[in-house]
Amino acid sequence: MMSEDVLKESGRSGAFIVSAQKRKMQKLAKTAGESILLLIASFVAIVVLFIFYFVTVDAIPYFQLQGFREFFTSSNWYPAGDPGEFGALAIIYGSGMVTLGSTLLSVPMGIAAAICLSDILPFSVRQYAKPVIEMLAAIPSVAFGFFALVIFAPLLQTQGGPILMWAWWILAAPFLLLAVIVISDLLSAKIEDPKRRQQISMFLLVVFGVGALAFLYWVGSVLQGIEIITGTNALNVSIILSFMALPTIVSVSEDALQAVGRELREGSYALGATRAETIVKTILPAASSGILAAVILGVMRALGETMVVWMASGNSSHIPEPWFNYLEAIRTLTATIAGDMGEADQVTGSARYHVLFAMGLLLLVISFISNLVSERIVVRQRKILSGQ
Amino acid sequence: MNLFRKIVFGAAVLGFMAGGTAEAANKIVMDGSTTVGPIAKSFAAYFTKTTGVQVTVSESGSGNGAKSLINKTCDIANMSREMKDKELAAARAKGVKPVEHIVAMDGIAIVVHPGNRVNALSKAQIRGIYNGKYTNWSQVGGPNARIVVIQRESNSGTQDSFKELVMGKESPITKNAETQASNGAVKNRVATTPAAIGFIGLGFVDSGVKAVMVDGIEPDERTVKNGTYPITRPLFMYTNGPATGAVKQFIDLKSTPEGKRMISELGFVNH
Repeated sequence: MMSEDVLKESGRSGAFIVSAQKRKMQKLAKTAGESILLLIASFVAIVVLFIFYFVTVDAIPYFQLQGFREFFTSSNWYPAGDPGEFGALAIIYGSGMVTLGSTLLSVPMGIAAAICLSDILPFSVRQYAKPVIEMLAAIPSVAFGFFALVIFAPLLQTQGGPILMWAWWILAAPFLLLAVIVISDLLSAKIEDPKRRQQISMFLLVVFGVGALAFLYWVGSVLQGIEIITGTNALNVSIILSFMALPTIVSVSEDALQAVGRELREGSYALGATRAETIVKTILPAASSGILAAVILGVMRALGETMVVWMASGNSSHIPEPWFNYLEAIRTLTATIAGDMGEADQVTGSARYHVLFAMGLLLLVISFISNLVSERIVVRQRKILSGQ
Repeated sequence: MNLFRKIVFGAAVLGFMAGGTAEAANKIVMDGSTTVGPIAKSFAAYFTKTTGVQVTVSESGSGNGAKSLINKTCDIANMSREMKDKELAAARAKGVKPVEHIVAMDGIAIVVHPGNRVNALSKAQIRGIYNGKYTNWSQVGGPNARIVVIQRESNSGTQDSFKELVMGKESPITKNAETQASNGAVKNRVATTPAAIGFIGLGFVDSGVKAVMVDGIEPDERTVKNGTYPITRPLFMYTNGPATGAVKQFIDLKSTPEGKRMISELGFVNH
């Protein structure tokens, strides 16, 4: 109603002449609207700050009681003991292990899928493929955990060797094939005579191809011989977590690839580049900051996931032997917080209660730092790309 | 006028709802052990059917049950162990007087995969497996395979009872032991893992797993009742002060023929 009045008045006089009272009202409404929006926007930031504050306040008493040394250097986790031992090294290591494992699996797959979606598949297919991939994100983590515990873990125990072998073939064969082609092309590129070059290139292709096949077969047969004693292990969790991180990585990096725009792509084609060259040399570098953001989000998803690791990682707080053995049960920070929460309140011993907050603080600090680092990289990348 | 009528109507609806909830206050809330859970749930179904009183049963572990009772968020705390001194002290500090009722006896069965040829273990061997002294089944008369040791999480009453009855104060459970969150999850892991060993309440044993003899004694109703099975414990329900009214009626189900039938059908033993 007020705006109509204003229009009428201004229309009549031909300029914005509003009575002093109305002007005051308008100004008030504007300030009120702006401040409400600001309040809502800052609420999110305030929530983050409050979480940081309360977690820190409850984490500090642990370090006052027990010091820093045991938490970070010992792997004796006996919180229920008398006196309790709170060595979290193995647990921190376990968190790192599954995060690294799931990153190694999900990042190449996710980026490859994103490139396929944005630059290779026709638009009509992409329209359906992307929502289907994003649907993975809608599956509740407890469903993933149940699958990992009840179906995947026994499967790993009975069919572990063959599964590992097939996974190795499926994952490694395309990469090795690509590598063989590229290497033999590169090695023969210096030769002037086209006929000779082709001959040598073919020869190299066969030699490297046979070598690669032998390598594939050798590793495959070693993997097939492995017997997995316990299916609830770091490998199981890494695989499941990589599937959980996948939709985030695919979706965000696909958006980044799309954002590169038609101009760069067509410019590249106009200069005579092939589609592969355009993707590798133009689009990927231009979208690298967005892809990095996608990777960081995926890593955070894997690090913070609780239900799956609590159900399917085995939860045994020791560092595997040897240290890279993904076939042993491990325990993560998130699962420890979830699992030890029940008994550990102020009633039953305070170090035991506060140590969980110390773990939460550690998780917060890790994600804070990696967010900060990725932000820096994104900014720097943008500067380089814009030629500053 | 219209607005006024709406407000009056809304207030009336709210008042009605408040009245409704106040009337439905006649209910029993239970929280605690996943071992006592099945007894509580079948008691609850029977009790609601016969008396109309609503009973809710949460299974969050004995430790959480004690906590709920201390915080007065439940009427009955189901526990598979006695209240610890610390918990009793906390209860006193909050003006809660926990009273224990033994509802049944339970044996903790040591279970292995049905394909494992080990049929009997001594208590010392079990202790050795759980403290990491024995790491291969061949050391205790089984096949040559690494032992996958499975325990419960720290707020489990079964875990506490196992530690008290088998491990003793001195030897902690090995760091290599895996942790599962419930009796069912342990049973599931043992049933699907050939080299696993776990411990679960006797009531959870089924054909998927094999309960081994301990010190030469088969875990069954008879040996648990006469106390010859070495890993036997009472199961408790705790109330705040002596049980009265519907809560007393509920707990007294344990000595009725119907209650006794339910307890033994679930694989537990009448006290």
